[in-house]
Amino acid sequence: MNIASRPKFFTTNKRGENYELKAELNSEYRGVRKDAVKKVIANMTVGKDVSGLFPDVLKNMHTEDLELKKLVYLYLMNYAKTQPELVILAVNTFVMDTNDTNPLIRALAIRTMGCLRVEKIIDYLTEPLRKCLKDDNPYVRKTACLCVAKLYDLNPELALESGFVETLQEMVSDINPMVVANAVVALSDINEASPETVVFKITGGTLNKLLHALNECTEWGQISILTALADYKAGDVKEAEGICDRVLPRLQHANGSVVLSAIKVLMINMRLVRDANFNKNLVKKMAPPLVTLLSGPPEVQYVALRNINLILQKRSDVLSNEMRVFFCKYNDPPYVKLEKLEIMIRLCNERNVDQLLSELKEYASEVDVDFVRKSVRAIGRCAIKIEEASERCINVLLDLINTGINYVVQEAIVVIKASETAGIADIFRKYPQKYEGIIPTLCENLDALDEPEAKASLIWIIGEYASHIDNADELLSGFLENFKEENAQVQLQLVTATVKLFLKKPNENQDIVQQVLQTATTECENPDIRDRAYVYWRLLSTDPQAAKAVVLSDKPPIEDEDTGVSAALLDELIYNIGTLASVYHKPPEAFIGGKRYGADNVQKAVAEPAEEEDINAPPPQIQAAIKNNDIGNLLDLDWDDPGAAAASSSSQPSAQNDLQDLFSPSSPQQTQQQSPVAAKPKSNVDDIMGLFGSSAPAPVPQTSGFQQPMFQQSPPQQQQQLQQNLFGGDLLFDTQPAAQPTSPPQQQQKAAQNDPFADLF
Amino acid sequence: MISAFFIYNQKGEVLISRLYRHDLKRSVADIFRIQVISNTDVRSPIITLGSTSFFHVRHENLYIVAVTKWNANSALVFEFCYRVINIGRAYFGKFDEEAVKNNFVVIYELLDEILDFGYPQNSETDTLKMYITTEVVKSERAVEDSSKITIQATGATSWRRSDIKYRKNEAFIDVIESVNLLISNTGTVLRADVSGQILMRAYLSGTPECKFGLNDKLLLDKDAVTKSNPLRRPNAVEIDDCQFHQCVKLGKFDSDRTISFIPPDGEFELMRYRTTENVNLPFKVHPVVNEIGRTRVEYKINVKANFSPKLYAHNVVLKIPTPLNSAKVEVKVGAGGKAKYAPAENCIIWKIPRFQGQSEFTLSGEAELSAMTHKKAWSRPPIAMDFQVLMFTSSGLLVRFLKVFEKSGYQSVKWVRYMTKAGSYQIRF
Repeated sequence: MNIASRPKFFTTNKRGENYELKAELNSEYRGVRKDAVKKVIANMTVGKDVSGLFPDVLKNMHTEDLELKKLVYLYLMNYAKTQPELVILAVNTFVMDTNDTNPLIRALAIRTMGCLRVEKIIDYLTEPLRKCLKDDNPYVRKTACLCVAKLYDLNPELALESGFVETLQEMVSDINPMVVANAVVALSDINEASPETVVFKITGGTLNKLLHALNECTEWGQISILTALADYKAGDVKEAEGICDRVLPRLQHANGSVVLSAIKVLMINMRLVRDANFNKNLVKKMAPPLVTLLSGPPEVQYVALRNINLILQKRSDVLSNEMRVFFCKYNDPPYVKLEKLEIMIRLCNERNVDQLLSELKEYASEVDVDFVRKSVRAIGRCAIKIEEASERCINVLLDLINTGINYVVQEAIVVIKASETAGIADIFRKYPQKYEGIIPTLCENLDALDEPEAKASLIWIIGEYASHIDNADELLSGFLENFKEENAQVQLQLVTATVKLFLKKPNENQDIVQQVLQTATTECENPDIRDRAYVYWRLLSTDPQAAKAVVLSDKPPIEDEDTGVSAALLDELIYNIGTLASVYHKPPEAFIGGKRYGADNVQKAVAEPAEEEDINAPPPQIQAAIKNNDIGNLLDLDWDDPGAAAASSSSQPSAQNDLQDLFSPSSPQQTQQQSPVAAKPKSNVDDIMGLFGSSAPAPVPQTSGFQQPMFQQSPPQQQQQLQQNLFGGDLLFDTQPAAQPTSPPQQQQKAAQNDPFADLF
Repeated sequence: MISAFFIYNQKGEVLISRLYRHDLKRSVADIFRIQVISNTDVRSPIITLGSTSFFHVRHENLYIVAVTKWNANSALVFEFCYRVINIGRAYFGKFDEEAVKNNFVVIYELLDEILDFGYPQNSETDTLKMYITTEVVKSERAVEDSSKITIQATGATSWRRSDIKYRKNEAFIDVIESVNLLISNTGTVLRADVSGQILMRAYLSGTPECKFGLNDKLLLDKDAVTKSNPLRRPNAVEIDDCQFHQCVKLGKFDSDRTISFIPPDGEFELMRYRTTENVNLPFKVHPVVNEIGRTRVEYKINVKANFSPKLYAHNVVLKIPTPLNSAKVEVKVGAGGKAKYAPAENCIIWKIPRFQGQSEFTLSGEAELSAMTHKKAWSRPPIAMDFQVLMFTSSGLLVRFLKVFEKSGYQSVKWVRYMTKAGSYQIRF
């Protein structure tokens, strides 16, 4: 059949076409009827309601023509639920088909019957299903396996009572590898749907059968077996080693998903193996396949990169010499570039940092603004990570500032400030001349600074190095002219910087500090700024020496701002290698509502008999939501219960954070990590509190209202920020994280929650 | 797993829609259209909205989309999307809107077969083609036939029929290498690696067992211990990693690095490999690009072929970027091909149809720039190069043997071809 002679099925439709179709479906000519069914399917695809033709389509079901039969079945799967009474008419043909001599037809019938999802038909399903599970032909058996999962989805009790699940368990030992794979799939599916009924547990005996089937079944079967194996807890070291040995050859498979699934099994079992050499060998063998995944299509690369990131957090030695392969290609899609950047930072060390820096400098001249910013930021992260290289990093940043490209300069300033707080300020102290040298360059770009973050950072730098900068007062008063128009973040920094300036050069700057504090306390609406100004004011008026001790105190160095996930979450994510959770670096509960919230159940709960599925126009709620373009709402409103909607609730107002970092005592986790340092800022807090005339623990009742939500749901990002603010901030008022933790774009849409460590706070 | 599968055209019209699980409704298709297709700033191939995740892949003028509400295996979902594209190409030649619209019935049949309840099933094109065809299949066709098909589709060699007969038994092997190169503006090689493919066209009768040998360093080193033949060793290639078609017995490769398999009938990709050591770069490029003031950029680009003079490269193309505000570009190339300025792509395209080994060509040119209001520096994207060199492998890989064993003991003829082409061959300047 050549294309020109093909009838066009996707043509535009006039009104009343359904009548024409009806006539054609009842035509006496087979060809006409078949074309009519095709037209019906085409209409169905584009979303037109053709459910009215149900009885007419059904008439064509009993046919010798396999293609026509498949089309009718496809129609049935879509509309069975709208016409439950009429489906009964089809049952007879289905049951007949399951007895057909042709195994393809037997399988087709059992496959389709499982998809109908009409309560009434279930009773007719059990007998044919029982027979198909015992069919001689493996193709029919493997199809029947999945049908059990479908039945369980619809009616779990029946599936259990009729012994289908038991049969499935037996079929894990089938002689045919495909049947084994599908039995595993079906059981895992049931397990996931209702984890409370443990229907599938691999034992030592089945383990061997699965490992054997692994060599023979299709790639998809291998994936499901590997996934099941990942849930198996090896009894002893020997068994774990055995599993690793048997799984290892899968790393050479052409399908990237097989490779990742195999790596998951290896990573899990490696933890049991005590033999360091064995593990080292495994790690060595894992590296090349991981790199090879990067030559796949970009989407697979993206998934691979996200997983490599996780694997590196667990085993940093995997790709230690392979940084070059992560260099971005000019035409990589942005999401791949950003992930490569993350991994390069993870892999960077003293030996390769120069290479990385020249590479990052190259990226800073690219076109994609977001990528450029992240690259500049990465330079700062290198500086923090590898102390020896910090000077070279700063030099690169200074070079970039000289390019004069607006967003590069802004980002570079933010990074310089961030590196400062991270304790590499020594460089500037060592080379004050150099530092002063760039101040004019920065000032040239003053007008270009339109982002509050960059502005605030520059002001911070001026304040911090006021003693080295001759015209610091001029620069600051330049900013102060527009004090009231500035963003709160900038205002806070201005107040702090002015106070610092005053403390360093008290003689010349009395007026300016007076003026700022006056404005901030009387004319500012923002309580944060007002309060900070009051604190400074009282501090200064009570005891300038104490003020000096507090404001100009040494900032404790902060560790490399680690964008990694917490250890507990990491362990959980290792079990999820290759899955969505591993892409998002979040536990699965954070983004799936669970099967319990399926459309069916919601519908049942709401008890809306009038609501039809698959009608032409979306239901009214959706239409309303589409109008408002309120998509998160749309999704949850449509088929999620309100409980799941909490997943997309927005983050807390930042004011809470500010309060939080003022008052919250350092958490046990923080004290563990940084106990030598922790004492100091805390004592600063005490000082300030003392000024307020209350003892340090006293604020607790004041803030209890805020603590509650914060403690339950604090997303990891905020925790980090909080941590930094507590330790690295100037007088604890910094609203600025040293460098924003990078995250894939979607993460920003939803607030993370349920971090297992949240409870610690 | 995969709850729904859609194919959209560029405008966002649904061409194919198939629901596999009942945890979502058909109207979910609208959400993808609104959120992704009509959204100009999509920065991830995976989008999660509420608790529904959309995976999408673009191909030709289509969006191939899989939807799930579970913590699905993302790698599997993307591999599956690409498999659908490959099957589509194998069936219809080209997998684009036209092909989908003309063959939607077959596509629905295929989707019914390769995905059941959201789990991928058999997706081997050769097997699928046996029972899903573009012609009408009658069910009265011999039942035995169907039994055979189903046994094969689920069997250990699901990729091969048992009753294949050829008068002349032949096997063709194509070694195709893509060289990836990135050179910094100072001329140092930042990365150079080769990703190779070994394609095979097998026209062999019966159930042949094939053994395939390469000059794989690991294998030869092992041989060298026993045969102590050091003469061969310099030619050996160190393969960093390789992957095989599912017909290759991976267990055997893992234990003694022999590649043995029962090939599918016809064309297939036997193996993919990657090497990073001792890559012979077929071309050396020396770019000199000077920005003179704000109004002129001077180019002097030299290309040299770095392979034996007996060989020729074909379709050599260099794309040399020019600043966005180029007003007039003049280029001279002498005897070496043709060069012209392509304003739409902001680059000079230099084509050299036939390039003998060891020869070299030079392009000199000049771009005049128009005045710009903002003075953003030119980002200087890298020079990209494309080429094909026959009978040359950048990695030095050679096929040592292909042995075919079949119980009838027939003789077979084998052919080997080599080709090296440019992967991402980029030179910064």
